[in-house]
Amino acid sequence: MTARAIAATTAKALALALFAFALFGPLANLALWSVAERWYTPFKLPVTYGLRYWEVVFRPTGDAMSSLATSVAIAGLTVLVALLVSVPAGYALARLKLPARTLIMIAFLLPQAFPSVAIYINVARIFYQIGLAGTVTGVVLVHAAHGLVYSVWIAAAAFAAVDRDLELAARNMGASGLRTFATITLPLAAPGIMASAIFVFLESLDEFTGTFFVGVPQVTTLPLLLYSASMGGNYQIASITALILLVPSVAFMMVIERFLRADVLSKVGQ
Amino acid sequence: MAEVALSGVTKSWGATPAVDRVSFSAPPGRLVALLGPSGCGKSTTLRLIAGLEAASAGTIAIGNRDVTGLPPAKRGVSMVFQSYALFPHLSVAENIVFGLKVRDVPRTERDERLKRAAGILGLEKLLERKPSQLSGGQQQRVALGRAIVAETKVCLMDEPLSNLDAQLRVEMRREIRALQRRLGMTMLYVTHDQVEAMTMADQVVLMRNGRIEQDAPPAELYERPASIFTARFVGTPPMNVLPAALVTSCIMMDAARRTLVMTGAPAGRDPATLAVGVRPETVRLGSEGVPATVAAVEYLGADTLIETRVAGEPFLVRVSGRAAAQVGETVHLAWDAAAAQWFDLSSERRID
Repeated sequence: MTARAIAATTAKALALALFAFALFGPLANLALWSVAERWYTPFKLPVTYGLRYWEVVFRPTGDAMSSLATSVAIAGLTVLVALLVSVPAGYALARLKLPARTLIMIAFLLPQAFPSVAIYINVARIFYQIGLAGTVTGVVLVHAAHGLVYSVWIAAAAFAAVDRDLELAARNMGASGLRTFATITLPLAAPGIMASAIFVFLESLDEFTGTFFVGVPQVTTLPLLLYSASMGGNYQIASITALILLVPSVAFMMVIERFLRADVLSKVGQ
Repeated sequence: MAEVALSGVTKSWGATPAVDRVSFSAPPGRLVALLGPSGCGKSTTLRLIAGLEAASAGTIAIGNRDVTGLPPAKRGVSMVFQSYALFPHLSVAENIVFGLKVRDVPRTERDERLKRAAGILGLEKLLERKPSQLSGGQQQRVALGRAIVAETKVCLMDEPLSNLDAQLRVEMRREIRALQRRLGMTMLYVTHDQVEAMTMADQVVLMRNGRIEQDAPPAELYERPASIFTARFVGTPPMNVLPAALVTSCIMMDAARRTLVMTGAPAGRDPATLAVGVRPETVRLGSEGVPATVAAVEYLGADTLIETRVAGEPFLVRVSGRAAAQVGETVHLAWDAAAAQWFDLSSERRID
């Protein structure tokens, strides 16, 4: 092996190591904190290890389990609301000749276009007046508004990717419009819609700002618990909560590339 | 009596109509080809008949029943799409019986009809496969199968062979024609390929810019084209159509030939307002006639195609066997008076 080849290999290995560290470093830190019972300066590693805090988190009476349940329930309801809007809206945007199509697409993007804190403070004020503040319904609405941009755009792309001739063929063979949609269009667009649902679910699971302004103190989700735990200096609880939040994200990454085909992705936002 | 009859059918999206006052009829059990260059409105016409588009004006009758306002499902026509439009998430069998299922045909009859269609098309071993696991020709057969099980009297085909390779296209051409005859279907067949139309159809409706240019049997289309467009569109190589003045001025120099060429020209017409059409295979190379320069020689085996220039205009000659002509050489072209066809230069219509 020449000196140059060795240098190249070393450089490659270093780059890879750096990349791995950037990716896994914080995760390793989380994992370490979750099993550290006592860890203080100047020690580089935890002083005592143990699963005490895991037990605290998973204790049936603990805050973590109930807020996990709340989080999942809210995420599930958010997906439901988002799908109720995005399936018809996506189909209309993909198939009908709407005059203000671009404008409508942009409208769904608006909640993302402004600083969320400014928006949520006002939303919280309005929700307070109409009695939605501090309710699960209020939080679901806020999450759904946030998730709609993904679900509508992806659903529109998924429907647009379905060949129009297939629908025409089904109509020609005697199927009604509704039957055509149910047996041909929807099953073929399902992977894209599924991916958008997963996306909305994860966004909701992860959402902090909106829940903070609209839901607190009655509704506590996992990210809020994470926030108060780390603010209170309880890094163990915070780390374990973060790890729990990580599970659906990783699952999502694995599922998304199976569900989302390239031809759907290429139509997002068109 | 006609199985399918269109009367004054118009479809327009914007200012210019895609289909402009189209009227024709297809007798029962016949194959009618809708022929024309892309964008001539032939596919739109087919979709109007199927009910996939709504006509802006005119009436469409199928089996003596006015179907102009009916949804596609109620028109009693089956259709084969250019893309085949096979449902990718359903198996071959499910694709074929989709229409029967939707129409609540009982299961035993469904299986019966599926079996028969699969038998006719040789699809028995492929029924469990998904469309993506089939070759282009097999997908084409599944699309045909869907049309066959519907057992409608009228079958519409939108460029069904355009996605197949040349050899398969020739096979499927014969197969579709045989199938149509065997099942006694009335078939409307859209194609841009004049060979397909000429070889398969009982009647050819040639369209151009949304209008019907000529509606006639293949032989008449070839032998008596109604317009310069038809003359040039039908036949390979196409008919030579030149301003008559160009040929006659050449003839002037040759007094003997002049009378020969101009015989049969419409009496009392100024040659300046006429165009003359001559099929390449009716032209003879000789020592007398219209002088032309040889631009290219293509030897095809059974015959030779000679591209010449008459006063700068391209003029094709087809002679059987091998021809002695050399590129750059001057030759003389002659033809029988009966072989010449005459057209009005301004209206481009035929003159008899």
